[in-house]
Amino acid sequence: MKFRHKNLLTLEELTREEIELILENATGFKEIFTRSIKKVPTLRGKSVVNLFYENSTRTRTSFEIAAKRLSADVINFNVSTSSVQKGESLLDTVHTIESLGADFIIMRHSCPGAPQLLARRISAAVINAGDGAHEHPTQGLLDAFTIKEVKGGFEGLNVVILGDITHSRVARSNIWALTKLGANITIAGPSTLLPKPFERLGIRICTNLKEAIKNADVINLLRIQLERQRKNLFPSIREYSLLYGLTQERLKWAKKDVLIMHPGPINRGVEISQEVADGKHSVILRQVTNGVAVRMAVLYLLSGGEEA
Amino acid sequence: MSTILIKNGRVIDPSQGLDSIQDVYISGGVIRYIRENIKRKASITIDAKGMIVAPGLIDMHTHLREPGREDEETIYSGTRAAAAGGFTSICCMPNTRPVCDSRTTVKYVHARVLELGVVNVYPVASITVGQKGEEIVEFGDLVDAGAIAFSDDGSPVMNAEIMRRALEYTAMFDTPILDHCENMSLSNVGVMHAGYIQSLLGLPGIPGAAESTQVARDIELLEFFGGRLHICHVSTEASIHLIRRAKRRNVDITCEATPHHLTLTDELVKTTNFDPNTKVKPPLVSEENRLELIRGLQDGTIDVIATDHAPHTTKDKDKVFKEAPFGLIGMETAIPVLFTDLVHKGIITINQMIEKMTINPAKILRIDRGTLKTGVPGDVTILNPNKRHTIRSSRFYSLSRNTPFEGKRCKGAVDTTIVSGKIVYTKGKIVEE
Repeated sequence: MKFRHKNLLTLEELTREEIELILENATGFKEIFTRSIKKVPTLRGKSVVNLFYENSTRTRTSFEIAAKRLSADVINFNVSTSSVQKGESLLDTVHTIESLGADFIIMRHSCPGAPQLLARRISAAVINAGDGAHEHPTQGLLDAFTIKEVKGGFEGLNVVILGDITHSRVARSNIWALTKLGANITIAGPSTLLPKPFERLGIRICTNLKEAIKNADVINLLRIQLERQRKNLFPSIREYSLLYGLTQERLKWAKKDVLIMHPGPINRGVEISQEVADGKHSVILRQVTNGVAVRMAVLYLLSGGEEA
Repeated sequence: MSTILIKNGRVIDPSQGLDSIQDVYISGGVIRYIRENIKRKASITIDAKGMIVAPGLIDMHTHLREPGREDEETIYSGTRAAAAGGFTSICCMPNTRPVCDSRTTVKYVHARVLELGVVNVYPVASITVGQKGEEIVEFGDLVDAGAIAFSDDGSPVMNAEIMRRALEYTAMFDTPILDHCENMSLSNVGVMHAGYIQSLLGLPGIPGAAESTQVARDIELLEFFGGRLHICHVSTEASIHLIRRAKRRNVDITCEATPHHLTLTDELVKTTNFDPNTKVKPPLVSEENRLELIRGLQDGTIDVIATDHAPHTTKDKDKVFKEAPFGLIGMETAIPVLFTDLVHKGIITINQMIEKMTINPAKILRIDRGTLKTGVPGDVTILNPNKRHTIRSSRFYSLSRNTPFEGKRCKGAVDTTIVSGKIVYTKGKIVEE
């Protein structure tokens, strides 16, 4: 099976088979990590530009390592020191970068739809590294990859996404990937941070933590942002933590072999306690490692590669 | 002045309950008579066989952007876009630079129209000075200068006391308040209708309640304190329910809806991959809301169809969705879209469409137009209900291109626009002097 997409913009637009194909390829690339030379020549002579309009350490670095392990040239375009600060428009910046010969543009932007705008206008392949609260497809893929690696599959698995769903691109990409792959999804958190229309996607919405994580196989926690408190979406970090903070004690409500995931960066003592973050259920660091393998698979498939 | 004889057209004039094949004779700039088979000679004879002859259409909600944003639209281009859209009279909103809140600006608009315009333009003045929502304008002086109505369109009056005083005070002059209903604390940073599609796209939402809570407030103010209230661009089910109930208890309230709210939904934001030409206030709503608008259109809750023509340059619109300005242009697409999506689909009759674009706005504005009665100014719009064409913004007379209807295949078009007995637009072209 050949990957028919030129860009990776959303997981919504991918089929189950396409998602599975990416995960299979990621397994192959992860195997390279155990070698002494962790590099393959797949993208030799290709240029990958990281264009991040929002701060990011782990995603940008992960893409950079992934591209370098495929032997691509990687350019990190620093928005804060570029002509963007002189008022250059997004499209002008991107056309300039394309004229410099980029084959891939990896973009993060605070506005939903920014990578779509890009993809409409340029011939380079566009990878969405997070567009506002819309999607973060490679995060959804690496979360699915990690679940599959530990649990073996998705059918009948109870996955709880806990936290600020409304403002989360990670939640949306997870929901698309995991529902397509056959998991049961619950979104949980305070009612002001749960989009009620998501019920139409066949997922469960729950405001009670105990009820939400009962029988959970996986709990994917989202970072809670102080900024939301200022907008009166919840009264205080203290109250959030009292109602939804995941502690060792509360973890007992879930299944014995529950998996704790978090896209990072984590707020220790807010959405997750120290013990849970570093505990035996946590696969938070494994997610980071897997992120590189998944991003290698994405770059490889978008470059038109046949199965690895 | 030339005489015009329009022959063999289907004359539809809802102001007189007219709908039959007749001839229309215009001389001295006014309608002389309507009769079958007029033999009299005229300097111009138009064969309108197969066409509809209607009173000149009125668009009571447009933005001409002059003075201040002449890169988006001017009185020159905007009145030509109006004529091409079949509109012989338009109201222009006051959110210009400077805001139309003084005699000077009203007079400026009038002078520019006299010099460069091809259709009648009725300036709407603001309710508050600079549209800041703080102090009321000199309503009396503005009416005297020629302001037809008052509106803080775009930056709605949030202070209920100020809206109360505006309604009470303008009642003296019998001028309507054209009310943009939006509770800014609820719409907040929202950029599209809050709901399923918005939740999927992760864009900040504007809840329907942002409109309906304000509609409810202003209906209450109207009932308590009097005045005349016309709700602009109604978009939600809840607002329609409020207005319908108010009308049932004989509250003197009217409202309008736009062709885009009547025919498009929030789905379009998704299917066009975040095209900023689907970004407008109020936002395009869900299908359930749209269907209630249609019911409101059918049962007369919605009195008027107005375009809310809001030009923006391609430079300003060609941005990511969140950063692009709100607004769509509509004068040159209204008739094709309404024919194609409402009339030909049997949702409303041609007569209903014409009524909501002629006599109904004329009554609200208290102007002697929107009718073909003997002696009124000779404003006539000839429509070709069967002409097939594709909307191409490159052909617009408007300076702007921000339409969500680009490439739409349509059936129904404007054939000829006559203003005060003078042909200003025919067969696809503005007739320049």
